[in-house]
Amino acid sequence: MEYIVEVSGVKKSFKDVQAVKGVSFGIKPGEFVGLLGPNGAGKTTLVEMIEGLQNPDEGEIRIAGKSWKNNPKELHQLIGLSLQETHFIDRLTVFETAQLFASFYKLGDTRVNEIIELVGLQEKRKAYVNNLSGGQRQRLALGIAVLNKPAVLLLDEPTTGLDPHARREIWTILKNLKEEMNTSLILTTHYMEEAEFLCERIIILDHGTVLADGTIPQLLLDFNGARNLDELFINMTGRHLYE
Amino acid sequence: MKMKSIQNHQLYRLVAAHLKEIVREPAVLFWGIVFPILMAWGLGVAFTNKSDMKREVAFVSSVGDTTGLYAHTSAIFGAGFSPVRDTFSVHLKNAKLGNVHLHFRRCSSDEALVLLKKGTVALIVEGNGKNLLYRFDPANAEAQLLYQLVKGVELNGRDYYAAHQAEIKPLDIRGTRYIDFLVPGLLAMGIMMSCSWGISYTIIERRSKKLLRRMVATPMKKSNLLLALITARFLMNVIESLLLFLFAWLYFDIEIQGSLLALLALFLSGNMVFAGISVLISSRTANPEIGNGLINAVVTPMMVVSGIFFSYQHFPEWIVPVIRYMPLTMLADGVRSVFNEGAGLLEVWREVLTLAVTGVVTFVIGLKIFKWY
Repeated sequence: MEYIVEVSGVKKSFKDVQAVKGVSFGIKPGEFVGLLGPNGAGKTTLVEMIEGLQNPDEGEIRIAGKSWKNNPKELHQLIGLSLQETHFIDRLTVFETAQLFASFYKLGDTRVNEIIELVGLQEKRKAYVNNLSGGQRQRLALGIAVLNKPAVLLLDEPTTGLDPHARREIWTILKNLKEEMNTSLILTTHYMEEAEFLCERIIILDHGTVLADGTIPQLLLDFNGARNLDELFINMTGRHLYE
Repeated sequence: MKMKSIQNHQLYRLVAAHLKEIVREPAVLFWGIVFPILMAWGLGVAFTNKSDMKREVAFVSSVGDTTGLYAHTSAIFGAGFSPVRDTFSVHLKNAKLGNVHLHFRRCSSDEALVLLKKGTVALIVEGNGKNLLYRFDPANAEAQLLYQLVKGVELNGRDYYAAHQAEIKPLDIRGTRYIDFLVPGLLAMGIMMSCSWGISYTIIERRSKKLLRRMVATPMKKSNLLLALITARFLMNVIESLLLFLFAWLYFDIEIQGSLLALLALFLSGNMVFAGISVLISSRTANPEIGNGLINAVVTPMMVVSGIFFSYQHFPEWIVPVIRYMPLTMLADGVRSVFNEGAGLLEVWREVLTLAVTGVVTFVIGLKIFKWY
């Protein structure tokens, strides 16, 4: 199996807005892919379709060769995700929250302790979730996302709103994850440096289509003169990637 | 090993999570447990304790020598007149009926009317030198009773009230006090309130926080989430109802005359109906404020008309059949008949069945149109 995630000819419309207009790409096992694009480019819709939260109008999405339609249970076991902003149950502790999610995967306390250590929340084990800082909460969300050792990890802006220090902590966790597991990552982000630091491959979306797809050096080379991804985007569209 | 596998089960974890969430919020415990008990205590004491009856009567004279007339009248009632305070009192004693203290107050006819409008007095006695005239609203049962009392004293002297005590046999039947009416109603209302806020509001809040969406992106079984919410609520309702009953039993000596099995069936079906309705209410909206409105729109009308605090028989005749089939009315009436009328399963199975079926139907519809994200 060459690709763990296959997206082919996917289209999706909401009422009169065509959010995704025919997108195709494949992601290999262990590949870290950054999904970039301005607001309204269709990133979230695309990610939600890969997560099985939305159905494509046309085209197909396969994970490990299986579609959501016929294999929702198996695919839920294969993916892990964190949403843009994650709220959990306020008055559960970090440990209890992870334990609750672990039960959905039939996992026990051993794994719960592992992921708490993985995201460095050992000292906050018994803290209520609503007493965590933004960075700690995102780390918990990340830990929960990898509880089941997913083949595909989908993170929607995991560090938005965090201070640089907290952001670095998340990056380190993800880097370690890359070394330890053969997880593929699809990451949407507003931060160029985040994509550059974590991802070996970038897919740029604009107006629901793929504008560019490749490794960063390759993309910069293709559009000669671009020094970074933002310049690359300006060269292609005349607009900034993020204002 | 067996225990471990149960503890790792998602339904167990979901129920545990929700119970912890409830128990760790002290305000929830206050409104769920302490408040209903306080309400039962306050209303029960206010309406149940029988103490001596005190009644004010206005005395008006329509001829010149009012003081003389006044003294004369007080003599008729066998009381000593105090010219300083312009009042006299008649004390009627009866161990079986309860004591009555009539307090006559001399005033002008204008003053008397003001007192009547304010509700301070219900009866005006008017003296014209020849006989006594009685002014009151005949449609007011209380005023009529007072007239009979006062007239009785005028004709027969105040000792008449104490006579014939031997022939009065006070009914000693249980389940006829106001508190006996109130507590079953409060139990029913508690279930409704606890379900609608505990289930509906929690679902809507979790949807608005996108927690529902996060949870269904796992292999979790969707129905388990709702079942867990309902189960946790049910367990809380058991505790809340038991404590309220325990209080009413110890403090007011309330008792269950009918079958415990019938009560249990009603309790279960009551939980079912309000859990189902709660799931239906919260099946779509992600906005807690809209949710708030929806819950109030369902709960408030029932609270007002379902005869929790006072019988719904006083509502207009055409609406009573409608009221009778509201879920809260059926539950309250059913529980009341078990408590006070000695009803068994045979008498309440219709209520039990209707409530349970309504619960299942509303739950299924709610689940069908449920928005997870």
